[in-house]
Amino acid sequence: MDNHIFSGCFPIEKGDFVRAGEASSAIKRTLRQLGVSSSIMRRVAVAAYEAEMNLIIHSLGGQMEFQVSQDGVLLVSRDVGPGIPDISMAMKEGYSTASEEIRMMGFGAGMGLPNMQRNCDRFDIQSRMGEGTVIFMEFKLQ
Amino acid sequence: MDEYTHSVRLERDNCKGCTNCIKNCPTEAIRVRDGKAWINSQRCIDCGECIRKCPYFAKVAVTDSLEDLKRFRYRIAVPAPTLYGQYKNIRSLPALLGALRAVGFDDVFDVARAADVITRTSRDYLLRHEMPKPIISSACPAVVRLIQVRFPELLDHVLPVIPPNEAAARIAKDEFSRINGVPKEEIGVFFITPCAAKMTAKMNPIGFEKSAIDGCISMIDLYGEINRNLGEAGSEGFSPDKMASKYGIGWSVTGGEAIAMGKESYLAVDGIANVIQVLEEIENGKFTDLEFFEGLSCIGGCVGGPLIFENKYVAKDRIRRITESMEEPKESPEDVKRWARRHDLYFTRELEPKSVLQLDDDIAEAIRKMEEMEEIYERLPDLDCGSCGAPTCHALAEDIVQGEASEMDCIFILRDRLRQVAQDLVNIADNNSR
Repeated sequence: MDNHIFSGCFPIEKGDFVRAGEASSAIKRTLRQLGVSSSIMRRVAVAAYEAEMNLIIHSLGGQMEFQVSQDGVLLVSRDVGPGIPDISMAMKEGYSTASEEIRMMGFGAGMGLPNMQRNCDRFDIQSRMGEGTVIFMEFKLQ
Repeated sequence: MDEYTHSVRLERDNCKGCTNCIKNCPTEAIRVRDGKAWINSQRCIDCGECIRKCPYFAKVAVTDSLEDLKRFRYRIAVPAPTLYGQYKNIRSLPALLGALRAVGFDDVFDVARAADVITRTSRDYLLRHEMPKPIISSACPAVVRLIQVRFPELLDHVLPVIPPNEAAARIAKDEFSRINGVPKEEIGVFFITPCAAKMTAKMNPIGFEKSAIDGCISMIDLYGEINRNLGEAGSEGFSPDKMASKYGIGWSVTGGEAIAMGKESYLAVDGIANVIQVLEEIENGKFTDLEFFEGLSCIGGCVGGPLIFENKYVAKDRIRRITESMEEPKESPEDVKRWARRHDLYFTRELEPKSVLQLDDDIAEAIRKMEEMEEIYERLPDLDCGSCGAPTCHALAEDIVQGEASEMDCIFILRDRLRQVAQDLVNIADNNSR
């Protein structure tokens, strides 16, 4: 059986607040055209936006990838650094390493990663200091 | 999928087949075919943007006319509160209602009063039901349709209460029938509207089966006649203590409904592009603390509708002055309480998503089409010029995949092909010496 997969990739620049939200909007648009169900759309919307904002705020740059198949949706956030020193701390609600400047913009509540995990069916995060972080989020079609 | 008639229509003779409307439609519902605009009725949400953008007056809102009054023995006018902002010097609010009645109605029931009832009903509903935040107003039919098409995940945020004009029609018909002892079938209720979307909603109700409104008459159509009647028409029967509150009248401008609802945190957004932007952010989870979202397709609110006479800023200012001069209501009038108790003012049908943006019902087929679209898109010039009749190159690629257009519709591809043909002819001529 032919398992068709549609995938896409969006480069994200560090600190690019002007384009913030563009990648997740484009991903949503594509998912809607593919007819992904409402319940998945809703969760992908939140997770993709959080991932994109994390890339912009915390990373040295990276990309948002997505894959759609009959089984569901896979979102991947991949960056080139700086890496997360303590993943378990990062996953705690309320913990944030955002700078004062970022907090003044209204971000840095420390809910990003926990929010992403809460909204997907399978969550996996790998990080190495000096190299970067990869986050996988799977959304299964029931 | 249900096919239904829209109020927004094309006046073919005036249409030049330019690119203005296709480029500004928020759901990319319009194409130019054979030199004339064509509206995809599945995607059209009746927001009226094309009416505003067309320089040739080729886009119109079709409404009912005074002729339709003849179908009924008894006629009631139900004016949107926008009417209050249309006239320069009215002696009093009852005088305006009297001038409207003199057009040919047996009675007038102010939608602003029904807005007071709906406010009460909505607040009551929210006390008894938990709803996901932010709660989204259901007053603007274009915005509700937009959500069905583009943000179906937010449908469970929409307040399932009928809009004030529908409530006004139901209450008015019921009252007139009881007080005068006449059957409801003989009563025609006519909504005096600033809005095309409300006309479409009369024919295709959102959230319930059949509307109690029998006809929608455009506010601009009645402007002149009401104006002429303002001097002489009597206002008997419209006593000041039976008028709507300042909060009900405020529904005609952006923020009016939110203020009436008394929510601490709310966002009132007008203009369909702005509404889309904010709904995107709500969908992304950016506004989890927001209690109430009022989205209006028209800038200024209903005073900025396509069927009004007065400049929306002038009208808005008049409404402001009228409402500021009114007293703070001490408590809900008896009428309002009675009507809220007597009538069922909630949705009786669930709001369904309108999955018109989907490439295909089968996801594997949709993926295949998406791949084909990307492949075609690579060959298109990425100029979004609109000459092919589609608003963007992406839209043309989609139309091609769905079998509704061809690559040769793109004038740049056509030009390149012609160049190639011309080159081939030159080559043939050069190599044929005989």
